[in-house]
Amino acid sequence: MREITYRQAVNEALEEEMLRDPNVFLIGEEVAEYNGAYKVSQGLLDKFGPKRVVDTPISEAGFAGLGIGAAMCGLRPVVEFMTFSFSLVAFDQVVNNAPNMLTMSGGQFSVPIVFRGPNGPAHQLGATHSHSTEPLFANFPGLKIAIPGTPRDAKGLLKTAIRDDNPVLVLESELLYNNMGPVEDKDVELLIPLGQGEIKRKGSDVTILCYAQTVRMALAAAETLAAQGVSAEVLDLRSIKPLDLGLILNSVSKTHRCVIAEQDKPFCGIGAELTYQIQRDIFDELDAPVARVSQEEVPMPYNERLEAAVLPSKEKIIQAVYQVCYL
Amino acid sequence: MLMLVSAPMEKSLDKSQLEGELRLLYLMLLIRRFEERASQAYQQQKIGGFCHLYIGQEAVVVGAVAAARNDDYLITAYRDHGHAIARGANLNACMAELFGRATGISKGLGGSMHYFDKANHMYGGHAIVGGHLPLATGMAFASKYRGEDRCTLCFYGDGAINQGAFHEALNLAALWKLPVIFVCENNLFGMGTHVERATAVKELTNRAKAYDMPSMVVSGMDVRHVRDSFRTVLDAMRKKPYPFFIEARTYRYRGHSMSDPATYRTKEELEKYKNEDPIVGFKSTLLSEGKLDERRFQEIDREAKRLAADSVRFAEESPEPPLEDLHKYTFAEGLSQ
Repeated sequence: MREITYRQAVNEALEEEMLRDPNVFLIGEEVAEYNGAYKVSQGLLDKFGPKRVVDTPISEAGFAGLGIGAAMCGLRPVVEFMTFSFSLVAFDQVVNNAPNMLTMSGGQFSVPIVFRGPNGPAHQLGATHSHSTEPLFANFPGLKIAIPGTPRDAKGLLKTAIRDDNPVLVLESELLYNNMGPVEDKDVELLIPLGQGEIKRKGSDVTILCYAQTVRMALAAAETLAAQGVSAEVLDLRSIKPLDLGLILNSVSKTHRCVIAEQDKPFCGIGAELTYQIQRDIFDELDAPVARVSQEEVPMPYNERLEAAVLPSKEKIIQAVYQVCYL
Repeated sequence: MLMLVSAPMEKSLDKSQLEGELRLLYLMLLIRRFEERASQAYQQQKIGGFCHLYIGQEAVVVGAVAAARNDDYLITAYRDHGHAIARGANLNACMAELFGRATGISKGLGGSMHYFDKANHMYGGHAIVGGHLPLATGMAFASKYRGEDRCTLCFYGDGAINQGAFHEALNLAALWKLPVIFVCENNLFGMGTHVERATAVKELTNRAKAYDMPSMVVSGMDVRHVRDSFRTVLDAMRKKPYPFFIEARTYRYRGHSMSDPATYRTKEELEKYKNEDPIVGFKSTLLSEGKLDERRFQEIDREAKRLAADSVRFAEESPEPPLEDLHKYTFAEGLSQ
């Protein structure tokens, strides 16, 4: 299989879906003439023209809401947030209008829309630009959340999201855009269902649950642990909603130990929900309390050393594995 | 999409006799009689939650809809009963919605503030002040994207014009020349706060000027004036898409919602506006022009009252939404199950 970057994978997903369906259009800040703040939409303006690759003013609530209105009329907008930290000024649109419409209208209006863009900390962007928004959105029924950690997942999940009849958030990661990984050739239709996790590495002693930025940390940790005789299974959630609980329970029932590596803050974070569901369903299978590796509970500092101290890391994951294995 | 459960057909006046301006009178009466019944049922605690009445403002939406084409998009805020009724929504379904019944216009899941009627191109019923204006811009965007000449009518109150979403929506619409009328129903109060205590500009149309958007003020108590003004704007918009701002000066007789005794205004002010009542005014115009006589008026009003009373009966006899359907509408795939 060829190797491409996560950035290229997202670009291909957009291109293929726009070719397939004339109702699909991309809208957001700098997506057209600038070719994307992170060059994700490189070349799309040339291919599809300004009608379908639409530059907006800095006006997140305006263009997010515009997308929702257009989706109610049957178009399939892909709304890019330059970062999901900026989605917060469009929060009312994303959480109040998009996911509520179907219920409020008694099933008359679905909202087939994708909100996508980088999410989570990047590198020294400080407190306002480093938000991991996944637990915020996860609390709103009616939203689906895909959170790819590899180029292949980025492409396959985005393509599926665009075809979904519901509002879907595809939470990418700035830090992953340059990552290379194997992806099927362009003539192969790559669709990865929402709600299917994936075992990225098989193991028997402990399950490490991860997503997005923590996938490569977990894989690196598993590599190191293997050399120390600890066999870690790495399970990439890929979707937070719907959640592949079955895959999680099977894996933890096999390993009897679980570490959750999440990229958000700890309080009411994704790991809190996962921990609850695991202990609820397979309490007797657990040989140790579930451990969580997350960010520290502080606004993100700018200083590089302090930022590193806030973030999850391979080393922190290894320490958590030692803890649940009583090593 | 599931189809709306349709209520039994209403027996109505001979439609051929209700063409033109008599129909405008009839629709205003229908909205008013419906809401009077709703108010009564609310006080009897048959209706829960919030209930915002449109009484006094009927001429605005009736006039606007009379000028619009059937397939033009319509979207509004939470004071939305009149907008659905003017658009031709089933009156029984409207009342059943207030009662939270499965036969409601939004199957009892939306409530007073969230009326939706896709078949009549009524795109809600939106309850966050100003939050639906970007949606209206998106609906107009969809028309332009598809090369259609459908226009969007977006209604909201004077309270919405200080929200960020209002400004973002107007800017985008003007920037991209989208066919949408932003109709500010200025009833002088955002809840209990007078427009002069909320808005820094004296003339609300200055809000449109800030975006190089043409605008006009219409008397929202005069259904003819509203209809003719909208007709002019829509005709031009269909030929050459560009957004437009209309301030309709109007007045609501009731409080902001059912729980509001409206002590922030004087009796004299209320009486002054009741003297300009859109129904009474239009009736006397039609009488003086010989297009209506008192007997005919009573006939039309009786019909409106009858339909309103019937809608309450229909709502009371309708079933509640089944508990088994609780999760049915969370995701679109639930609908095909």
